[in-house]
Amino acid sequence: MVDSKKSWKAWLYLSPAIVLLLIFTVWPIFNTIRMAFLENYNFYGGMNGVTFKFGLGNFMQVVTYKNFVTCLTNTLLLCVLTVPISTLLALVIAVCLNAIKPFQRLLQTIFFLPYVTNSIAIGMVFAAMFNMIGTAYGTQNELIVTSGIINNVIEFFGGDRINWINTGSTKLANMIVLVIYIVWNALPFKILVLLGGLQSVNKQYYEAAKVDGTSRLRTFTRITVPLLSPMITYVVITGFIGGFKEYSSIVGVFGDDMGPTGTNKPLNTMVGYIYDSLRNNLPGRASAAALILFAIIFVVTMLNLYISKKNTHY
Amino acid sequence: MKVVLQNLTKIFPSRNKKANEEVIAVNDFTFEIPDGKLIGLLGPSGCGKSTTLYMISGLQKPTGGRIFFGDDDVTELSPENRGIGLVFQNYALYPHMTVKQNILFPLQNLKGADKMDKDVMLERAYQAAKLVQIDELMDRKPSELSGGQQQRVAIARALVKMPKVLLLDEPLSNLDARLRLQTREEIRRIQKETGITTIFVTHDQEEAMSISDMIVVMKLGVLQQIGKPQEVYDDPANLFVAKFLGTPPINVFAGEVKGGKLYLGEDAVLDVPGVDDRKVTVGIRPEGFVPAENGAMVCNLSNVEVMGRDVSVVSTHPASLNPQIRSIVDADNKIADAATVRFALKPHKVFLFDAETEERIRF
Repeated sequence: MVDSKKSWKAWLYLSPAIVLLLIFTVWPIFNTIRMAFLENYNFYGGMNGVTFKFGLGNFMQVVTYKNFVTCLTNTLLLCVLTVPISTLLALVIAVCLNAIKPFQRLLQTIFFLPYVTNSIAIGMVFAAMFNMIGTAYGTQNELIVTSGIINNVIEFFGGDRINWINTGSTKLANMIVLVIYIVWNALPFKILVLLGGLQSVNKQYYEAAKVDGTSRLRTFTRITVPLLSPMITYVVITGFIGGFKEYSSIVGVFGDDMGPTGTNKPLNTMVGYIYDSLRNNLPGRASAAALILFAIIFVVTMLNLYISKKNTHY
Repeated sequence: MKVVLQNLTKIFPSRNKKANEEVIAVNDFTFEIPDGKLIGLLGPSGCGKSTTLYMISGLQKPTGGRIFFGDDDVTELSPENRGIGLVFQNYALYPHMTVKQNILFPLQNLKGADKMDKDVMLERAYQAAKLVQIDELMDRKPSELSGGQQQRVAIARALVKMPKVLLLDEPLSNLDARLRLQTREEIRRIQKETGITTIFVTHDQEEAMSISDMIVVMKLGVLQQIGKPQEVYDDPANLFVAKFLGTPPINVFAGEVKGGKLYLGEDAVLDVPGVDDRKVTVGIRPEGFVPAENGAMVCNLSNVEVMGRDVSVVSTHPASLNPQIRSIVDADNKIADAATVRFALKPHKVFLFDAETEERIRF
């Protein structure tokens, strides 16, 4: 315990952080809640002392907006698809990485590289890879039509190239690209956490399992996974939270259109919807949408914690 | 099940590849462990005793030599096919399983013809738990148990498959002093009840002496002596064994044999017929000193510690290689509060060793 007479010192040292948090976190949260309940709130009126009617109008606007359901389902779909896939893949990769001795450090670094790369830049690379109609200049400076590497590979094996992301592509194809991209992007952090967990597991559990004649599969399911369960829980919860905030990955692959060129944002997400509202000077609607997103994340996280409580062994 | 080790050797490659310093953890080990006995592998840390245990378990592959269980060569067998139970130093209980699940785990791994019914498994688990007296704790997690209870669970888990050989790595080192005494009796009892050949590793000579049928003393990967605890204590093969066994430790002196008499400094303390004139290292057990008015050994008295049943006399002698001589004498002996004390020596408590090789010279 800190001596109460000396506690002013503690407050002094904490004050920079507290001040910044108050300005950039606490106040915006309060303001968001306030704006969400003021109907038709806008910045111009807000600054000029216009009074707004208190009510649930913003929430009604959000819910009844024609693209809201699309945004919500896109967000949920991406979460439900990418979190389990990336967690499972990360677990497999982490276990494999942990099992090899030579090049472990090198591979660890390589697997972690996407984490330090800009997601918009990676998205553009993915867009180029999944392109059906790309262009390049030939030797005579003439324009040649090319495909991205994925379609080249498909054609190499005798398949027909697929319209993944270009005009006229199906939503299914778009989603597949997005899921691959998001999973790939989410892997490094998960691998890092799980590998760290694996390396802190006492090796004697495995020796004991060996003496007990435990098969590899059983060792994995009955020993490795339970011992890693705190890390798995952590990775799943942060994965869901990240998934609900998905936005930049779609901008990265599809650009500001949030879908193939010429479409009306078929891949928009909740965060995208919030941005759109802000762009249209509808901060009330944006705040209401943000609160709805917060509520969803809160409920899902609680649900996650509730389920994992039974299966997590700290 | 008799366990035979034949020229067992384990060499660990050097960590630093350039230095090329191999570590010989176990060097050309040969001995036979009779069926149904409790054996203590004893030695200071780093002597290769745990490595020997792990080679017997199959978790480590020997660099050379063979291991036999009975007449079967098990050197190439993996641990699960050897029929061993192993108790780790820190128990390695699966923390996420209850005591019952921990004990059941090895049985649930059985496949094919060995596969058991659930009821049979449960019965076996409870049988093992009863043997180590933890059947009340079956639904607890390891973290809810004391160190001693965890130890028992680990033993139950090792016993539930009814192993031919039970191996214990430093079974008492993680327990406090009182529990240690209790648990070593417990290990002795369990071993007697099951009759399983049991090998345990320890660096504590008292622990090894008190419960083992036989002790194996090791030093730097080399077998020093094997025998019944009392025999090894009474008849050490070399200076290391003599120094390693016994509390308080043996008193060591630089001596010389001249004309069949052992000289410590100026004092001719003992007749040693048949030993050639030579420089020797002399070990005298604390209980080998008898206070006597005309005793041949004259020591400078520093201190007398009364312990009730007997008396610990602390003194010094010019020939002593230790700063102090500690002797245990019967409390009936009145030690006069004088500058010197004279001792006669019990011949069978005095050991001579070659000053160079430290091997025993018998007389």
